[in-house]
Amino acid sequence: MSQAKNQKGRVVQQNAPETAEKLEEKEYSILNLGPSHPATHGVFQNILKMDGEIIVDSEPTIGYIHRAFEKLAERRPYNQITPITDRLNYCSSPINNMGWHMTVEKLIQVEIPKRVQYMRIVIMELSRIADHLVCNSVIGVDAGALTGFVYVFEEREKIYEIFESICGARLTTNIGRIGGFEREWTDVTWAKLKKFMKEFPAVLKEFEKLLVRNRIFMDRTIGAGPISADRALNYGFTGPNLRAAGVDYDVRVMNPYSSYEEFKFDIPIGTNGDTYDRFMVREHEIWESYSIIQQAIEKIEASTDKAFHANVPDFYLPPKEEVYNNMEALIYHFKIVMGETDVPKGEIYHAVEGGNGELGFYLISDGGRQPYRLHFRRPCFIYYQAYPEMIRGNMLSDAIVTMSSMNVIAGELDA
Amino acid sequence: MEDILPVIEKSLRDMFGADIISAEMERDFPVFTVKKDRIIDVVKFLYDDPEMQFRFLTDLCGVHFPDNKGHELGVIYHLHNMRRNWRIRLRIFFALNDVSVPTLTTVFSAANWMERETYDFYGITFKGHPNLRRILNVDDLGGFPMLKEYPLEDPTRDDKDDKFFGR
Repeated sequence: MSQAKNQKGRVVQQNAPETAEKLEEKEYSILNLGPSHPATHGVFQNILKMDGEIIVDSEPTIGYIHRAFEKLAERRPYNQITPITDRLNYCSSPINNMGWHMTVEKLIQVEIPKRVQYMRIVIMELSRIADHLVCNSVIGVDAGALTGFVYVFEEREKIYEIFESICGARLTTNIGRIGGFEREWTDVTWAKLKKFMKEFPAVLKEFEKLLVRNRIFMDRTIGAGPISADRALNYGFTGPNLRAAGVDYDVRVMNPYSSYEEFKFDIPIGTNGDTYDRFMVREHEIWESYSIIQQAIEKIEASTDKAFHANVPDFYLPPKEEVYNNMEALIYHFKIVMGETDVPKGEIYHAVEGGNGELGFYLISDGGRQPYRLHFRRPCFIYYQAYPEMIRGNMLSDAIVTMSSMNVIAGELDA
Repeated sequence: MEDILPVIEKSLRDMFGADIISAEMERDFPVFTVKKDRIIDVVKFLYDDPEMQFRFLTDLCGVHFPDNKGHELGVIYHLHNMRRNWRIRLRIFFALNDVSVPTLTTVFSAANWMERETYDFYGITFKGHPNLRRILNVDDLGGFPMLKEYPLEDPTRDDKDDKFFGR
């Protein structure tokens, strides 16, 4: 059997063709990882073919929490699809909500006030921070460092409190409406946001001090689960995982939505596409998101306009006092709640940069009250199929950190 | 954004002639309808051609239009040229009794699970696919759930009567 050493000095098995026959003679052990293994952070199974500690092959099985979202979406009015999108990537549901709202707004061609766009950016970047914090701290947990996880989860909690003060929910938020936000942000929201912005950098620096140059952590993650830029593109990688492989593709820059073109931020990229690079790319993205939020808050405070939603009476619920006192408003309210507003015909693809990649909504409308066809381009589902290739030749412990660093979210994977 | 439809249409027409059934702009997306048997050649051409370089498969999914007799089923491909930031949509349509489509896994590894998903939900079989099994649904589901005639709820239930609410 030919052997080589990877950059960590570990022995890596080569699947060279001339050794294939010899490999056949060996007897491998089969290891069942999942479906409810604590280190998979979700319900998916991997049947690993092991040669001692080395993974020869693996066979992922997914679909354990499939909930038929695309079928459900064909029977629901547009407003009622937002809660479905919550449950895709539930670590950053506001991004999914906003992505869906923007898709519908693109279809019905609404002009969204600038202030609302900036508010959306604040929400989306906050949830990106929350998403990356979970992912990065969980890499630490899977490598045996629980401390950082507990530190940053307190900050995640603060982000969820901001969401809670805006929409009343924390994890599956259903935040915002088609056309804007359901209500103006209160003083409590602003106070919480300001407090978070003030206190967060110190905590994140502390977290970085714990892991970034930690010898044990680096030994565990450098060289674990690498993928080249070519293969990553061929596998349809997007988001931090693609950027860790060295491709600077970011939907926020390529196809700006919600006025991202007005913001100044960098796209961090890695070189090897291994677990450490993915960790570092996410870490830097948190700083970039933080700076975007700062810029957005400045822009919101500078804007004279006080709008928190666009003027779309066909989709945006009228205020309650009008519903009770004004017949027109009551009619609109009833029409929207019952989903009786028609939309133009059309075929839309809209993508946003989700927590772990390009989250796309492919929507076909036949003019009726519900989508004719809605397909979610779920980044997890597309890049998780590269997992067997990434962990081949690695050890079992590498497979665990690789999976957590890929940020595979079961809800998005199975839709 | 520059007008990319004529550019791509010209190079596709030069290469494939009448196999490109239609080319149009659908909002911000150039959309090409292609003959089913040529789809892989078209994708390969778009992948290899130095002018085109569509090297990224964004999305692949099925659609079902029961009213289009003879072209009920379809597969939609979204390709992306990251260098020039061009996005296009390719689509093929075919009849319910002719559901064998050549596989795209020879060009994009990403197509593997996307095609499995499309098979799972629409029953479209991809010729040459290395592992065409159901992916999200249970193996013994029976039927393909995203087809329009497949009911969302159990049709034999009689404890729910909400016909007034459009269900």
